[in-house]
Amino acid sequence: MSIPLSWYLILAAALFCIGLYGVLSRKNAIAILLGVELMLNAVNVNLVAFWRYLDPAQMAGQVFAVIVFAVAAAEVAVGLALVISVYRRRKTVVADEVDLMKW
Amino acid sequence: MTADKIIFLLIGVLILVSALMVVTTRKLIHAALWLVAALFGVAVLYAILQAGFLAVVQVVVYIGAIAILFIFAVMLTRRDMRDQGPQTRSNWWIAALLGLLILAGLVFLIINQPDVERTAAVIPAGVDTLRNLGTALVSPDAYVLPFEVASVLLLAALVGAVYIAGFGKKS
Amino acid sequence: MTLAGFLNDPINFVAQWLTGLLTGWGFSNGLITVILYFIGILVLVVFAMLLDIGLVWVERKVVARFQDRLGPNRIGPFGLIQPIADIIKLVIKEDITPAGADKVVFNIAPVLAAMSVISLWAILPLSSKIFGVDLNVAVLYLVAAGALGTLSIIMGGWASNNKYALLGAFRMVANMVSYEIPMVVTLLIPVILADTMSVQGITQAQSGMWFAILSPLAFVIFFISAIAELGRSPFDLVEAESELTAGFNVEYSGMKFGWFYASELLHAFTFGGFMAVLFFGGYGGFFGLEKLSAFHWLTNPFIQAAVFIAKAMFGYWAIMWVKYSMPRIRIDHMLAFNWKFLVPLSLVVLVNTAILNKLLAGLPAWGYTLGMFLSNVIIGVVTIEILRAYGRKQRKSEQTLAQAMRN
Repeated sequence: MSIPLSWYLILAAALFCIGLYGVLSRKNAIAILLGVELMLNAVNVNLVAFWRYLDPAQMAGQVFAVIVFAVAAAEVAVGLALVISVYRRRKTVVADEVDLMKW
Repeated sequence: MTADKIIFLLIGVLILVSALMVVTTRKLIHAALWLVAALFGVAVLYAILQAGFLAVVQVVVYIGAIAILFIFAVMLTRRDMRDQGPQTRSNWWIAALLGLLILAGLVFLIINQPDVERTAAVIPAGVDTLRNLGTALVSPDAYVLPFEVASVLLLAALVGAVYIAGFGKKS
Repeated sequence: MTLAGFLNDPINFVAQWLTGLLTGWGFSNGLITVILYFIGILVLVVFAMLLDIGLVWVERKVVARFQDRLGPNRIGPFGLIQPIADIIKLVIKEDITPAGADKVVFNIAPVLAAMSVISLWAILPLSSKIFGVDLNVAVLYLVAAGALGTLSIIMGGWASNNKYALLGAFRMVANMVSYEIPMVVTLLIPVILADTMSVQGITQAQSGMWFAILSPLAFVIFFISAIAELGRSPFDLVEAESELTAGFNVEYSGMKFGWFYASELLHAFTFGGFMAVLFFGGYGGFFGLEKLSAFHWLTNPFIQAAVFIAKAMFGYWAIMWVKYSMPRIRIDHMLAFNWKFLVPLSLVVLVNTAILNKLLAGLPAWGYTLGMFLSNVIIGVVTIEILRAYGRKQRKSEQTLAQAMRN
């Protein structure tokens, strides 16, 4: 295990920023959710790297990562259900076109 | 350049290239499949970090459930089987600039942390991380409360998703 | 460096001999480790693929005998060369990619299907000394490999640019994802009984008593959900050759279809192997017989591997038996059967096993066995009584409806 901790953190930071770019620049609502998934994975990589490098006897890092798995699954399920429901009514998945409540 | 550094660099390149393809490819179904590749790379990363349970759960939950949900959603929200028009908004360059700035800031912060080039200590032989994880998740003075709350959250998400996507038409 | 050394511990023997050879040629230690890993993977995969060819022959002969006919017997003695002829036929067929299909995804899908099955062979314990790797989360790895297989089916269905293929792929994925739940819940029962998720640990915990006897209901539920996971009859509406025009692999021809077919057979055999490991004692399970000095040869790695493959073959034969005896089940009946019957039943069995495992911990071995077995029998009887009452109520309501319509 000769890999320095900074390598993991930089990888997670890069993954996070790529996900951020995906969220901010894509039109399709499902593509935005894909970017959010990348960001959540980057956070998880960070958590597990810190767990391993700082104190592997303490389980807080892994437990946090497991809870993030559960939250990500719940969020994707509800998010995609909303996207499908919006598609059925308005026949569009482009996030900009869902603007009934804008002034 | 030891073997595990080579493996880490290969997996890192796989993850970052797949993530870039996710956010830039035109066809949405290809984006979902590139996401599967990125998630698989992250699972390998967990295995390198000796969090074996998390690696397998990553494949089961993310690739086996979430990625399939994405693929289903992409297939169900298309009127035809082609992608037309630009897939990115007109201000994509602001997003790219923002991403690069945040990346630079984070890397600067990381490099200037004290003791960040540390290498991992060997896990002592008697520590069984799998059993510790199981105990921590159900032990009353550890993390049983977040665990139970997460299960209630999943139940709420299940009921909500079924209601929104299944019966939305009838109201 | 003797024959006895090889017979008792084949993998370490060969590894040491190769290390000596390669160090003599001047390779560094790291490189030798990598080369040894590659050779090990190659041997395992080649063994799995050769077994797969044999399984094609077994499948065709067994289905023929179930249908009271002979099966292939022209090519070679007993038709043993038939699979080779099949492979040659598939390889020389025209490689058709349908117009408008997504070429890359279309071509990767069969490879991914085969990959997901072969990756299971890494954890299959052929013997206490012959295995790929002793993962401490091996039982979850089984579920993960199934998830990869599901992905390959949806890729195949989508990339074919064919609405029947897509429909078949949707149904198959719905089927597989739904039946993963009773499968995971019943996979937890050997884990509880053996106190470990590693397949070597589970096999060694069954040296006293098979888990199929401690928890027969868990075995039955796992058997049913495994057949549903494999997509074989009676749950094969998704590739029903006579109805949905062969489902997601309708557009696949030649060797690509060959990969799907071969990986399905190997998957069935691998699940037979896992049933043997999880419920029937794997390569061991001789009820303590091997501790007697007269039966010490039972702990030889090759004998253990032979026992394991025999048990896996028996499991595979049982899967084929169900396939060729039962009619196909409709998709909504399949899903209703899963969600309304298998999931609650498997949860009840899990809770029962977990509670009794702690309550009966102090009893001697026969008391423990008897207690667990009886509890399963009681749950089975209660379930059957509930089903009978439900069926009676249904019949009565239909009778009154028929009478009302007649009057």
